[in-house]
Amino acid sequence: MAKVLMKGNEALGEGAVRAGCRYFFGYPITPQSELPHYLAKRMPEVGGLYLQSESETAAANMVFGAAGAGARVMTSSSGPGISLMQEGISYIAGAELPCVIVNMIRGGPGLGNIAPAQSDYFQAVKGGGHGDYRLICLAPASVQEIIDLMQDAFDLADKYRNPVMLLADGVLGQMMEPVELGEEKIAEAPEKPWAATGRKKGGPKRLINSLYIVPEECEKHNIKLAQKYDTIRRNEQRWEEYRVDDATMILVAFGTCARICKAVVDSARNEGMAVGLIRPITVWPYPTDVITRVREKAEQFLVVEMNMGQMIEDVKLAVEGMRPVHFYGRSGGMMPVARDVFGEVKKLYNGGAA
Amino acid sequence: MKKVFTRPKALADIPFHYCPGCTHGIVHRLVAEVIDEMGMYERALGVAPVGCSVFIYNYLDIDMYQAAHGRAPAVGTGIKRVLPDRLVFTYQGDGDAAAIGTGELVHAAARGEKITVIFINNAVYAMTGGQMAPTTLLGQKTTTTPFGREGEINGLPVKVCEMLAPLDGSAYLARVSVHNPKNVNAAKKAIRKAFEVQMRGDGFTMVEVLSSCPTNWGLSPLEALKWLEEKMIPYYPLGEYKTPAEVNG
Ligand SMILES: Cc1ncc(C[n+]2csc(CCOP(=O)(O)OP(=O)(O)O)c2C)c(N)n1
Ligand code: SF4
Repeated sequence: MAKVLMKGNEALGEGAVRAGCRYFFGYPITPQSELPHYLAKRMPEVGGLYLQSESETAAANMVFGAAGAGARVMTSSSGPGISLMQEGISYIAGAELPCVIVNMIRGGPGLGNIAPAQSDYFQAVKGGGHGDYRLICLAPASVQEIIDLMQDAFDLADKYRNPVMLLADGVLGQMMEPVELGEEKIAEAPEKPWAATGRKKGGPKRLINSLYIVPEECEKHNIKLAQKYDTIRRNEQRWEEYRVDDATMILVAFGTCARICKAVVDSARNEGMAVGLIRPITVWPYPTDVITRVREKAEQFLVVEMNMGQMIEDVKLAVEGMRPVHFYGRSGGMMPVARDVFGEVKKLYNGGAA
Repeated sequence: MKKVFTRPKALADIPFHYCPGCTHGIVHRLVAEVIDEMGMYERALGVAPVGCSVFIYNYLDIDMYQAAHGRAPAVGTGIKRVLPDRLVFTYQGDGDAAAIGTGELVHAAARGEKITVIFINNAVYAMTGGQMAPTTLLGQKTTTTPFGREGEINGLPVKVCEMLAPLDGSAYLARVSVHNPKNVNAAKKAIRKAFEVQMRGDGFTMVEVLSSCPTNWGLSPLEALKWLEEKMIPYYPLGEYKTPAEVNG
């Protein structure tokens, strides 16, 4: 099939529609507005709904209702709005409702700015709201991957009855790339017997709920969730390896940063340095398996992020102190420049000498 | 023998946990009776609040949702948009609907969201220990207004029906009470009307129910009903605040 040229933001919308999502609830915020603009036009074409909420707090709770009613549903926002959604996301995770949340991360904290960043990493992968829960977090690095991961996001959400967050930034949202859309199969949401759609004759009462007033029961619920998260950790780690096999130095970066690092790896290889890249595609579950594998050969790691050092904690956990883990980051909406990252690689590769 | 009093099908066969003299249970029963009488048992979906009445999700024997504090109208919006032919209602206290969830309530009404809010005005935050609610009367003593609510310091009580009436999306708004059998009957009629208006697709509907909380008012069950009648009703007049033109007559 012919490729079409598409912007990241549109790909998020089209990917969702093709994944059978028919409900979008959201509140405007830069830099993700083109996604709601796209869906406001596209949803009615496929008999779906785009609804602008009065706040992100409300949007997340509308998602709660729609997901509880059995729909494939999504919302999207950026930093400040994602913070407001944390209440709803915690309830969604507690009630084990499937949904997809897009975070076009921007510079923070506070109002920060609208430039691309990865500073919401902790918030996304460590829980975010109150309580002991996890989101499945996907981090695409190209427009094609956005399309593909949107389908996976909805499938994973339904498979595990868990909210899925897609992490991107303004660069990916604005980026225009040719994509293969594949067959226009209009996926349908799978059967959800647990959804509260009205009592069926002789059927059980359905309750969409996160309240367990008796501590023994709440603990049981938490243990059940933890077991689910363990299954996800075992089965769903995804990553891309780039020139890793003989690498003595491994860069680790996701999303936009990983694109920059790929170019850095090529430059390093041109100068005869054995450098490779691991690009986590799932940042939760973190692709720990590959890090533990490559730490045998690799002598050192360099984590590159658009923040002051967040994912580095997960890399360190996986490396378990066996190798040095270095960090290079830009923050506040600033992007790492390939030349500077290369400089850092060279310095570390040569044992710290510039 | 003719049965004059049976448990509605939509009401589960379990005892309420409410304090003696609490009228939450009466309102639950009215909602269940109306669901039965409208033949909506299989198509009714309720959203429970955070507050004393959270366990309405157990008391009503229909499919239910439990929402975050104040967010029931947003949750109801999500449900109704996915399942437009269902009867979707929220059941919320005054802290839930008129303080933390004011935004969700007002905008559900503004959008003309086809849901019904059963709004329980008991003039306090009951579940958390009788603190001041937006609806607490001037002079009323609560655990956070130990000397009585003062307008200068605490602001003035909120009249929710009156607040929502000017919104074009509001189709049916009524304030009722359940302090005596006559008013209980009127309350049931209002709930039925709200559900019917919702199912006709006319817009947002709400029934505000003045309800007792003897425990946090520090009154006996009987005194509480008297206080409701003598103190609350004058400030919160009963009646219909908005009706769609067709059901006016
Ligand atoms: C976000 C949040 N803030 C505070 C609470 C604590 N809380 C539980 S119930 C309640 C008040 C409920 O009062 P109301 O809505 O008037 O219902 P009532 O108990 O009087 O029926 C509060 C503040 C909470 N659960 N969640
Ligand atoms: S505390 Fe008040 S509202 Fe709560 S159950 Fe008791 S009487 Fe009812």
